[in-house]
Amino acid sequence: MPMVLRRCTLSERPAALAPHFDDIAQQSEASHLGMWVFLLTEIMFFGGMFTGYAVYRSVYAVAFAEGSHHLDLVLGSINTVVLISSSLTMVLAVHAAQVGQRQLLVGFLLLTMLLGLVFLGLKTVEYTHKFADHLVPGSGFLYAGPHARQVQLFFSFYFGMTGMHALHMIIGIGLLTVLVWLAWRNRFSPMYYTPIEIVGLYWHFVDIVWIFLFPLLYLIGRH
Amino acid sequence: MNPVVIPRAHYLNVNYGIKAWLFTTDHKRIALLYLASITLLFFVGGAAAVVMRLELLTPQGDLVQSETYNKLFTMHGVIMVWFFLIPSIPAVLGNFLVPLMIGARDLAFPRLNLLSWYIFALGALFTLTAVVTGGVDTGWTFYTPYSSTYANTHVILTVLGVFITGFSSILTGLNFIVTIHTMRVPGLTWSRLPLFIWAHYATSLIMVLGTPVLAIAIVLVALERVFRIGIFDPALGGDPVLFQHLFWFYSHPAVYIMILPAMGVISELIPCFARKRIFGYNFVAFSSVAIAVLGFFVWGHHMFVSSQSVYASMVFSFMSMLVAIPSAIKVFNWTATLYKGSIAYDTPMLYAFGFIGLFTIGGLTGLFLAALAVDVHVHDTYFVIAHFHYIMVGGAVMGYLGGLHFWWPKITGRMYPEGWGKLAALIIFIGFNLTFFPQFLLGYLGMPRRYHFYPAEFQVLHVMSSAGASILGVGYMIPLVYFIWSLRYGAVAGPNPWGAKGLEWQTSSPPPTDNFAQTPEVKEEAYAYGPQEVHVV
Amino acid sequence: MAQHIVSRQIYYRVFVTLLALTLLTIGIAFIDLGGYLNTIVAMTIAVGKALLVMLFFMHVRDSSRLTWVFVGVGFFWLALLLSLTMSDYLTRSWVAVTAW
Repeated sequence: MPMVLRRCTLSERPAALAPHFDDIAQQSEASHLGMWVFLLTEIMFFGGMFTGYAVYRSVYAVAFAEGSHHLDLVLGSINTVVLISSSLTMVLAVHAAQVGQRQLLVGFLLLTMLLGLVFLGLKTVEYTHKFADHLVPGSGFLYAGPHARQVQLFFSFYFGMTGMHALHMIIGIGLLTVLVWLAWRNRFSPMYYTPIEIVGLYWHFVDIVWIFLFPLLYLIGRH
Repeated sequence: MNPVVIPRAHYLNVNYGIKAWLFTTDHKRIALLYLASITLLFFVGGAAAVVMRLELLTPQGDLVQSETYNKLFTMHGVIMVWFFLIPSIPAVLGNFLVPLMIGARDLAFPRLNLLSWYIFALGALFTLTAVVTGGVDTGWTFYTPYSSTYANTHVILTVLGVFITGFSSILTGLNFIVTIHTMRVPGLTWSRLPLFIWAHYATSLIMVLGTPVLAIAIVLVALERVFRIGIFDPALGGDPVLFQHLFWFYSHPAVYIMILPAMGVISELIPCFARKRIFGYNFVAFSSVAIAVLGFFVWGHHMFVSSQSVYASMVFSFMSMLVAIPSAIKVFNWTATLYKGSIAYDTPMLYAFGFIGLFTIGGLTGLFLAALAVDVHVHDTYFVIAHFHYIMVGGAVMGYLGGLHFWWPKITGRMYPEGWGKLAALIIFIGFNLTFFPQFLLGYLGMPRRYHFYPAEFQVLHVMSSAGASILGVGYMIPLVYFIWSLRYGAVAGPNPWGAKGLEWQTSSPPPTDNFAQTPEVKEEAYAYGPQEVHVV
Repeated sequence: MAQHIVSRQIYYRVFVTLLALTLLTIGIAFIDLGGYLNTIVAMTIAVGKALLVMLFFMHVRDSSRLTWVFVGVGFFWLALLLSLTMSDYLTRSWVAVTAW
């Protein structure tokens, strides 16, 4: 497992250094810590929904399993693979930045965006099916089986949690668009690629949320 | 001898105009933007209280209708909690002082800081719109299923305002955490940090970890209102108590967001005005963090009578007893600092004394409430109201006012008039106690909260309370007047009118935009006052 | 500024492992393990996947102790919210009253 250490030498204040920081190292440390603290807030934000989910699943176990069976396991599984792949392309983009390969950087960023869009596309397909089957909570909800009210609760969590997750993906794709533009304009180098790292942290976090959402929503009582 | 003059160039006069203020990234100017906003909102929330106390002069509900009264106490709570107390010290004093105290030129993310204020203003706008278009009557706690299913007032508008403002809190906390970790000057180790910084660090942890859960709780209320999904509606299979869990998971630690910064202020005032190093620095520092952490373990004590499991309630009750310990440690340490100190009775110190006494009463009554068996009787009575006002007003607001007086010369370059300062502090202390001590008695005797009519035998205590409130109101007006007066006519302060320790006093008053002419270096422990002063290189 | 550059081989191996764990979690879902075991296994696999993403893709493995502390705090706080809330729901029936 070869690891290469790179040391940057900077004599004057580089253009990317904000005036209130002493040096690039301090700025980079602050940026990284800032993103980690932000992800901390995101853990608690999604955590609130996971808590609501846990409460109702523990009380309405049968209804939740029933609701889960109405989810499209194939689309959900494909989406899981798509997101994991996008995490790979994201980290490869960071790597490309580290070794100064601009075209690879732009390419992997674009690929990450593309995979994100595929995810959102499949999600849209899923949502459309649910709408057609009258499984969207609210006045249009129609469910023939037993425990209709509790199955509606399951779908509330399904739409709430995957919807919130999708919103975060959309924001992530927006951030990636900005990065692609900046990378294309040669703003990054092995000396400075912090924005790519921290958007990467955000992207991986959104992937981790899905890693938990997938079994909790799609794989209940499949046996 | 240098005559004391206002420096020629400082952060206030470096440029002028509305754009220079609305597009500033200077943490000091942003602090003043917050100061203006929260002062305005304080008086809006206070106005609601004025009408309430007027209504409560008589046993009959004759000034306003019940629905109106419900809206009044709701708006009073919503505005005072989220739009005054939570931002007050962190967004005004914290924003101004955190970079100065650690020797930095600004916070880690100056533009995010400005965004925080805009978000705060936007949230306030939503909530004020709700106020003027008919208000909301759910109580500041938005309990379900009333708020989610049955209320027909502006719930969504109000919770949206709170949701938006929550992000302001989160971003401020994030900024403080990163700044304190990464931007301290050479020599300023964690064990040399002013306790104000420790307090704001602990507060920021709470802001960052708790506020997101509130966000989810109120988003779910809004979704329930719009889509009728049944998450909190028992008729549809939901549990209203789930809302309370999510709400109080944030809102209990939120009370520590409100008090920890005030404790940080007191930790600065006492050593300065006793001319003595603080007693037990490590204990006070770690107590701040302990309060922040333990504060997350106790939220169920708001839910003892909600049908929460008795066994969970017992755990929450026990943990609530524990969280009192670090607070008590602080009170002991402040008191021990006074012992054999050389005490000056300037206005900030008067507020510090008021804080220690009133916070102790508030804290002790909190322990009464933490006891399950006692709480069953006094829950939802005026006892609870008195308890939290002793902490929020007798504690947090006094800390805020004490800090405002202490750092006013640094912020503006001018001194406030000391005589008027002392008088106002005294009036506030008297008015406060007359307002809220009778409420302990009222609550213990059974007067419920959120009621605007009551049995005739409670009238005497209510009249005392309303009389106290009018005195308190006068007390709050006086500093408003003389602070504004001092901007033009106050004595010029100079860099360090109090002779205080701390990096913020080593620069001019007001400071230059970049805070320090030269990056300072720290060579001694914090609060190196008096003959115990030791120079550690 | 020094920065460890991780070899791409590691990323590819982590990726393949993540895919394998995904297949595993889907497959096991179709086998009845009895009681709560299905959920426990699914969550364990999910935690494993999350750890791989964090340690390698998010570079936590090469990060400072401060980062480790913040990551730990995040999961501890989530666990706190979940466990104390669930402690209410799981113990309500211990008292002989009608639940809900």
